[in-house]
Amino acid sequence: MAEIHLKSLAHSYSKSPSGPEDYAIRQLDHVWHKGGAYALLGPSGCGKSTMLNIISGLVQPSEGEVLFDGIRVNALSPRDRNIAQVFQFPVIYDSMTVYQNLAFPLKNNKVPAARIKARVQDIAEVLEIEDKLHKKAKNLTADEKQKVSMGRGLVREDVSAILFDEPLTVIDPQLKWKLRRKLKQIHEQFDITMVYVTHDQLEASTFADKIAVMYDGQIVQFGTPTELFEQPNHTFVGYFIGSPGMNLIDVERCEAGVRFGSVEVVLEPWQIEHLNRLSSTNLKIGIRPEFIEIGLEPKVNSYEVEVLDMEDLGTYKIIDLGLGDETLKARVDEDFDARIGSRVHLTLPPQWTMLYVDEFLIQEQS
Amino acid sequence: MDKIPNNRAWWLVLPVFLLVAFSALIPLMTVVNYSVQDIFGPGQAYFVGTEWFKEVLTDERLQDSLLRQFLFSGAVLLIQIPLGIGVALMMPKSGIKGSLCLILVAIPLLIPWNVVGTIWQIFARGDIGLFGWGINQLGVDYNYTGSTVDAWLTVLLMDVWHWTPLVALLCYSGLRAIPEAFYQAAEIDRASKWAVFRYIQLPRLKSVLIIAVLLRFMDSFMIYTEPFVLTGGGPGSSTTFLSQTLTTMAIGQFDLGRAAAFSLIYFLIVLLISWLFFTAITHADKEQ
Repeated sequence: MAEIHLKSLAHSYSKSPSGPEDYAIRQLDHVWHKGGAYALLGPSGCGKSTMLNIISGLVQPSEGEVLFDGIRVNALSPRDRNIAQVFQFPVIYDSMTVYQNLAFPLKNNKVPAARIKARVQDIAEVLEIEDKLHKKAKNLTADEKQKVSMGRGLVREDVSAILFDEPLTVIDPQLKWKLRRKLKQIHEQFDITMVYVTHDQLEASTFADKIAVMYDGQIVQFGTPTELFEQPNHTFVGYFIGSPGMNLIDVERCEAGVRFGSVEVVLEPWQIEHLNRLSSTNLKIGIRPEFIEIGLEPKVNSYEVEVLDMEDLGTYKIIDLGLGDETLKARVDEDFDARIGSRVHLTLPPQWTMLYVDEFLIQEQS
Repeated sequence: MDKIPNNRAWWLVLPVFLLVAFSALIPLMTVVNYSVQDIFGPGQAYFVGTEWFKEVLTDERLQDSLLRQFLFSGAVLLIQIPLGIGVALMMPKSGIKGSLCLILVAIPLLIPWNVVGTIWQIFARGDIGLFGWGINQLGVDYNYTGSTVDAWLTVLLMDVWHWTPLVALLCYSGLRAIPEAFYQAAEIDRASKWAVFRYIQLPRLKSVLIIAVLLRFMDSFMIYTEPFVLTGGGPGSSTTFLSQTLTTMAIGQFDLGRAAAFSLIYFLIVLLISWLFFTAITHADKEQ
């Protein structure tokens, strides 16, 4: 177990990077604390896997340092970093049986035979493959292979951390759920630092205590699932987390706060104060569909809007509302009913209306 | 889609049939034809049944050269397969160095057999050949035209030089086909170099090694030109291998019946052993 500190880390796959667009990871500082269960969430190609490979040592960062418990490990190979990693596609040693596969990392570490046996048995039980232990690994199905591959990552007890690179991609949804729970249990049981890379927010929030959202080579927010949902630090987090994502509208300054087209949005005094100190014109407001209030009667600061579309998702509905030239999505109860084309009244609760300047959230100073 | 039965489609097989007939069947049947007759001259052929086969199988000269042949092929496989794997493992993975190595390694393969024989005949000479002279300078009494052991070593060395590159190239291509992820996983699992070789590289080289073993066995079992040029089969008959014995019999002594019977047996041995190799290896694969 170790605390993993990435210090002014940056990485480029090109030999002579000429600008920020050449970097897979842009300058970042980040600490993965000892014994935490973390998810690294982001779209494909944002640098998640690169970061994981830098932690494990498969990739050498072009700039910055990787520290394990404060000790620089840049020059150490993966074997010396003593780290386990599970890859996106199952890697199994196909000339060996399942048992031999699981025992392989232990054998390489010169663990005594009796201990190997007990440990392999344990892990096989957790992954529910104990009946396949003596099968040749190459005759397994794709998800069994991935379980074996995962088992090899979990079988060592003394690792600094276990890294998962989208390990459940090839596994069917039913089993995915189960395995994710298993991983969580293993984490609680052994208290190992785990970093789980995924592009699936549900996967991230069920597995991790804290999620790092990565976008364009940077970690734009590191927080609990609730924080990511309620206080998205960056417009990308707002857009990426949640289904559907946050409503984001380009706005300009006005007296009461901001406006888009002829629609004025009243902001909190501290937001306006903050805004007045900045000169940027890249302003956005964001509000989650879940926090938009809709009523049939007008209220203070409510807007009359047209219902453009309605999607019934079983337990709730998503409605599209036309406000000025913008379309807002709102999440309403299953029993809410309004005809398309009818007019309703919408309120943007100030505590849930986020103001973004240059894509980053303006936060209240406490 | 419904299939329309039309027997005229069989005509489409004709070109292949003709090709195989002229390239394999007809020549083979000619040999079979010779093997059961005693031919004294044009129009003077007598059917002798299996007599030639019996004679060939009990011929001591042939038994000797068969034994030599097995020894030679065995030695060739034992040396060239591990050496080829070793060379392939040591070659750079990519880049200009990799290409350069490939070219260097492949050069012996491009040299015609009889030239290889001639090169070594001169190279290994004690008086003007660099190799032979060098060894003699070291104080070792080396003379491949006089000593049986030296002749054998020279023939083996020549074959290793000529054909190990084939094994190396095959293995190299097999190694390059292993996805990087396996090496990464092995690195993460802290596998030693030996474990990587034993559990990742070797199992994945299996299919190319089957080809390499078969090719090297068949080729070495039928070796003719190089030892013929290098030692002429000597000293005595110590490096006279099967094909040379056969050629002497067929062309030198014009003993067509005996030579034909012998060729058939020779052919069957190669076929049988290749088949044994192949089934043994593929069967081991199917277990479990």
